[in-house]
Amino acid sequence: MRTGRGAGLVAVQEEMGGEGALEIAYSESMFNVPDAAAALRDYASQGYDLVIAHGTQYGTSLSQLAPDFPETSFAWGTATNTFQAEGISNVFAYQAEAQQGGYVLGTLAALMSESGVIGVSGPVEAGDAKLYVDGFKFGAENAKAGTQVNVSYTGSFSDVSLMAAAAETHVAAGADMLTGSSQSVVGAIGVAKDKGAFWFGTQWEQTSLAPEAVVASQVYDWTGIIKDMIASHQAGVMGGKAYTLTFKNGGLVIAYNDAIEVPAEALAAADAAIAGIQDGSVKPLP
Amino acid sequence: MSELFTLPVLLGILYSGIRLATPYLYAAIGEALSQRAGVLNLGVEGIMLMGAYAAFFVAWRTENLWLGLGAAALVGAAMGLMMAYISVTLRAVQGISGIGLHLFGLGLSTLLFKTTMGGVQSISGFKPIRIPILADIPLIGEQMFNHSILVYLAFLLVPVAHWVLNGTTLGLKIRAVGQNPAAADSLGVSVMKIRYLMVSVGGMFAGIAGASLSIALINLFQENMTNGQGFIAVALVYFGGWKPWGVLGGALLFSFVQALQLWIQVKDINIPSDIAVMMPYLLTILALTFAVRRSDQPAALTKPFERGEA
Amino acid sequence: MSETTSTAPRTAASGASRAWQSWQGALVPVGAVLLALVIGAVVLVILGADPVRAYTAMAEGAFGSVSGFTQTLVVATPLLLVGLGVTIAFRGGVINIGGEGQLIVGALAATAAALYLPLPGVLLLLAALIAGTLAGALWGAVPGALKAQLGVNEILSTIMMNQIALQLANFLLRGPMIDPKEIEAGTRIAQSALLPAESYLVRLVPRTLLHAGSILAVIAAIGVFFLLWRTTIGYRIRAVGLNPDAARYAGIPVKRYQMLALILGGAFAGLAGAVEVLGVQHRMVEGLSGGYGFSGIVAALFGKLHPLGAIPASVLFGGLLVGGDKMQRTVQVPDALIVALLGLVVLFVVGSDYIMRKRAARAQTHE
Repeated sequence: MRTGRGAGLVAVQEEMGGEGALEIAYSESMFNVPDAAAALRDYASQGYDLVIAHGTQYGTSLSQLAPDFPETSFAWGTATNTFQAEGISNVFAYQAEAQQGGYVLGTLAALMSESGVIGVSGPVEAGDAKLYVDGFKFGAENAKAGTQVNVSYTGSFSDVSLMAAAAETHVAAGADMLTGSSQSVVGAIGVAKDKGAFWFGTQWEQTSLAPEAVVASQVYDWTGIIKDMIASHQAGVMGGKAYTLTFKNGGLVIAYNDAIEVPAEALAAADAAIAGIQDGSVKPLP
Repeated sequence: MSELFTLPVLLGILYSGIRLATPYLYAAIGEALSQRAGVLNLGVEGIMLMGAYAAFFVAWRTENLWLGLGAAALVGAAMGLMMAYISVTLRAVQGISGIGLHLFGLGLSTLLFKTTMGGVQSISGFKPIRIPILADIPLIGEQMFNHSILVYLAFLLVPVAHWVLNGTTLGLKIRAVGQNPAAADSLGVSVMKIRYLMVSVGGMFAGIAGASLSIALINLFQENMTNGQGFIAVALVYFGGWKPWGVLGGALLFSFVQALQLWIQVKDINIPSDIAVMMPYLLTILALTFAVRRSDQPAALTKPFERGEA
Repeated sequence: MSETTSTAPRTAASGASRAWQSWQGALVPVGAVLLALVIGAVVLVILGADPVRAYTAMAEGAFGSVSGFTQTLVVATPLLLVGLGVTIAFRGGVINIGGEGQLIVGALAATAAALYLPLPGVLLLLAALIAGTLAGALWGAVPGALKAQLGVNEILSTIMMNQIALQLANFLLRGPMIDPKEIEAGTRIAQSALLPAESYLVRLVPRTLLHAGSILAVIAAIGVFFLLWRTTIGYRIRAVGLNPDAARYAGIPVKRYQMLALILGGAFAGLAGAVEVLGVQHRMVEGLSGGYGFSGIVAALFGKLHPLGAIPASVLFGGLLVGGDKMQRTVQVPDALIVALLGLVVLFVVGSDYIMRKRAARAQTHE
């Protein structure tokens, strides 16, 4: 997905001096063959220094083949297991604390909402989406007592149509602020635009999809992690680190849309929430 | 539970249900026409995807929505023709050839999306048209009569298809070809011609179904954006007993339950989200279990016609 | 009226011409693949990629190395098993589109058995395989019973059952069956705990994912061949598929055998799910099915709806998938191209069937 990890890789490439300095190859499978073992092995045998497997389902394959390529560093996510317990030392793991940005965006939404009702639509009630949604809900409720956060899930990562209907439902239930997670939110963003509601994005910068509706997005900035993996690799540390994107390490960023004015009070509360999450005084999950 | 049966919720279900039903109506009515002539086209999903892509791409480039709609209809009809050639002329096993057509449409639309658009783009699609007087009906007017043109046309298609099937000579021929092709043939009806026509028309409507998503309801294109709706549309034809009004009933039941389950979640009623999502599929099966069914299946459905064989 | 399953061998053909026909018949899928590849080459040129380089990469990726070839076999295994189920269903005159759902419930049941049953050693593996098979059979029995009892079309019900299985998996994997470690770590990824090692299918080639499930699948294919062509039950299933009216006239309870065909179809798809869990993933993960339930239909067709034909067919198909991925990496053309080409291959194969039959019929009249 170019919107997520791919964008991070390209950013690192540009920083390090373009294609000559860092060669990137990627492959994505649309047939969704659950196992990318052949691809991973192929990259490793071609001598790539760092091979990233983005998908939880690649863990088993990775733990099988990593020992065969001690010169290569592998990374996978979103996960926390680096397989050190199994004696493997060249696997990095990464994940995002989606709830942190969720909390901040929830704070913003609650303070901007006139109706006091906010609509959240997720794909499946698990993993990254669940963390984001729970954080968002908690943040909104803490920012303004009495804020009603309605949550729905579509049961699919790709059903744009149902995602759009979910957003419509939230608006009909009185929501004037909307958010959601997964690739399928593009359907919901259109509804926000048409119905005059505000949208809060996550995972990638979503302003371009509806400049008149997207207030802010929690952006996953993978550059720091990727740079650290490359640096570690060059220093001879092949793996073993489990990375987490947080506000504190700069992996999570709130990207505001300049075209929409956020009330100073909301902005201040959001900044305070970020600061609180960074110093640990604010817990983003209940 | 009582929270669910409030006026705003019921009106919300009405509005979302109508929108959700639109692509199903185009695709399922088209498929019903094809099946009434005796051809099962399982490739609706792939045609919808190609229609959605063609409509979006043309509308995006030319900034003309009608050209986009035309492109979707044309692409849909062309894929219908492909299906007709393979299943009517070459007499191929229809269930499987439809799956081939689906894969072709899925792969090609994704390939074109990635090579011509790069990423998700959005456009401003067909705007809602408020029908005067009707939209002023208290309560339901606004929910029912403030939709885009493609939504109205989808619902209009139902009586039109019913009339064509039951009130015209063409309809008589279609039914004869689907029921007893040998007899139709002996009466001088060209089985080939009718089947070609209906499969192409069915394809055209599947293409328009895709367009209704990409340039009227959601206004963007994303790979595999139909997410199985084409297969549901085929199921709805069986549900509706091959009758346009039955298909309408099936599409509305499915879409209203779909809208209802979203409200169940929004109103925080204590049902796990996954179970709520399951509801429309479960209820469709249950509805058939409890409804007494006559077998109205066109007798020659999926059976290729060969002169002199029967 | 011609039969619905048009690939059934002609009975009247003499031995020699039958051999010639089956030889020709085997050539059809190969020819269809070649024709599709030619069209693909044109598309590659339009997209500015070198088709020779692309196809070389594809062949190399699928068959050119131990890791590539074993991966092809790993992918071919669930394709073969699902394809066997599809073959039985089609032979029985029913269309089973429910492979995806049957595979998912099979995987869930196998996971649950391996995690929760207090059985020692190989018994645990056996129990998990059986649990997966039974769950798939049950998922096929529902459309089967609905068809037999209420006349509900199996296309409708299997499509609905797929979605129900998917949501059931979502529910179980984020709730009752979630890996306790995921709760502990706070990541809440929808996957089960790692299965105990006794339940794993043994790995055949060290440092690859190739597992004993592949052998199991081949044995299953031979078993299905015997079932369909050497037993009364198989004969009846085929008779029902070939001509339900004649079968009914001959006293075969048509509906019961159609139901059986759907149950058996589900059982094999369920076994595919179990094998995928026990052989490859070693846990149930979200997205495990990866479309196998659907692409298995295509694999069955490549095999001309014959259980033994399905063996090379699924290897060829698996090779196209694995090789297509390699091609994508080499020339940077989206592997959606492969999916489109697969669609064309299917269309060519089913389309050419009629031409082959016509030719065979002509040859027969000349004899």
